[in-house]
Amino acid sequence: MISKGEGELLGWMDPDEARLWMRDHKSRVQQDKRMPLSEAVRRFTRDGDYFALGGFGHIRVSMAAIYEMIRQGRRKLAMAAKTAVHDVDVLIGGGVVDKIECAYSFGHELRGLSAAGRRAVEGGAVRVVGEISNAGFQWRFKAAAMGLPFIPSRIMLGTDTLRKSSARVMEDPFTGKPLCLLPACYPDFVFMHVHRCDMHGNAQIDGITIEDRELALAAKRLILTTEEVVDHEEIRDDPDRTVVPFYLVDAVCEVPYGSHPGNMPRLYYSDEEHLAEWLSLTRTEEGVQEYLDKYIHSVEDFSEYIEIVGGEEKMEHLRRLEALEVPLEAPWARR
Amino acid sequence: MADYNPTELMACVASRVLEDGSSVFVGTGLPIIAVMLAQRLHAPNLLILFEAGGIGPRIPTIPISVGDSRTFHKAVMAASMDYVMSCAQLGFVDYGFLGAAQIDMYGNLNTTVIGDYAHPRVRLPGSGGGNDVGSLCWRNIILMRHDKRRFSERLDFVTTPGYLTGPGARERAGLPADTGPHRVITQLCVLGFHPESKRMTLVSTHPGVTVEEVVGNTGFELIIPDAVPTTDPPTAEELRLLREGIDPTGIVIGK
Repeated sequence: MISKGEGELLGWMDPDEARLWMRDHKSRVQQDKRMPLSEAVRRFTRDGDYFALGGFGHIRVSMAAIYEMIRQGRRKLAMAAKTAVHDVDVLIGGGVVDKIECAYSFGHELRGLSAAGRRAVEGGAVRVVGEISNAGFQWRFKAAAMGLPFIPSRIMLGTDTLRKSSARVMEDPFTGKPLCLLPACYPDFVFMHVHRCDMHGNAQIDGITIEDRELALAAKRLILTTEEVVDHEEIRDDPDRTVVPFYLVDAVCEVPYGSHPGNMPRLYYSDEEHLAEWLSLTRTEEGVQEYLDKYIHSVEDFSEYIEIVGGEEKMEHLRRLEALEVPLEAPWARR
Repeated sequence: MADYNPTELMACVASRVLEDGSSVFVGTGLPIIAVMLAQRLHAPNLLILFEAGGIGPRIPTIPISVGDSRTFHKAVMAASMDYVMSCAQLGFVDYGFLGAAQIDMYGNLNTTVIGDYAHPRVRLPGSGGGNDVGSLCWRNIILMRHDKRRFSERLDFVTTPGYLTGPGARERAGLPADTGPHRVITQLCVLGFHPESKRMTLVSTHPGVTVEEVVGNTGFELIIPDAVPTTDPPTAEELRLLREGIDPTGIVIGK
């Protein structure tokens, strides 16, 4: 070994241990896995777990699951912040996450920086225990998905990103050149928002799949939130589109608009008005509490939340934005 | 003289670096503006890749996020991060775009922390895809603001590799051979890297900017050639496309 990153190794298992987990905890029987999201959060998430979310940035992230974790008062979770933006910001604001392995956090891309997340990490309430890059996370999940202890790569070499990661550097026996070995990553649980699935969890995603093929295989517990539950035969009529097969899935929760205020490709665009409200409120801690009370604690579930953010009328507008029928207005960009 | 802002000039200069028929890895913001401009002018066959999986899109309006649906609108493929990053590792990606809070004379970049790592004065987003782009693309273009604090003798954290400690250092670390930063474009000037020493070298100063001004805003020693040309200002056609076609509401170029 040439060198070893100082970052905390999160989510790693010996591949034989991983095989046993997949043998003993993942059913090969097609069965009805539908349940309310509140029940899935209660059953499959525990304080202290290390978790990841499907999607990417403001795209196809299960915001519904995030709100439910906050509502149920989950604490001390460690997050795989694989380009985490609004998700990690809200989770930190909601007191759920206090430890992060960071590829990208504390920013809202073009919208600016995240006040809530940055306050927490600069004040010490949230600790970053490891750095990594986006491809680094993607390939940690790929190693897990292949049932391997690590995967070699040519990223992060020579940098502090590697020094603060959980990766290791070894000489490649074929070329003699140094390689960055990325350890497999098996999150305790993963919430993934999809376009459609059947009651068994056979799931289809439209558009880019981002890291989700591999992440679904790597997850110790995989909970799908879906725009709609479709008939099983609909999956069989078009199996080319299946990204996640049923035997990876532990629960199916039907949550229309579950990615709001993020983008759900082909269905609805991001709600820039709502994101601007978050960015503006979270400049202060009081504002964070105001947001949480208004949109999470004082509502029963996600469908009630959708009503208070503008209901069908708002969703119709976001559908038209997604279809490029109306121009985007970004309140945060007003000069 | 044409009336333009520094961001518009940076977008034009960046777009001119991209040759027709090359491939480019793009993030959000100014790089998207630059590639959209290049495609409308001299590089209609510029191949665009987004890290979340969009390949060869016809970008209809500026994407707000690097994975949003605009990044694979009428694309040739809606792939995955694994696929796009593998393409870059395999040598398919000619140019990458990067930004940073700090840069040193070898083009190493910091986007992670300002101050002490354990007790950061400012916590920045981290690598994101930056390290991957900086490691795997053939040539990188860095867009950032130019001042003495950002152009720093020593980085608080090396997030993304430039030429590391100098000639041969990338290869010794195991990074792909013959890769590295190519241009740094700021509101003051265009910079490159000396072919032997790999140290940052002044290429041209923007209209109205003196060499002394560039040196005064740089916290390390730059290589200054005997003759330093002036950057060509944006043309009327470039400005028209930027303002009317690409970013009519000024989401990016208004900043």
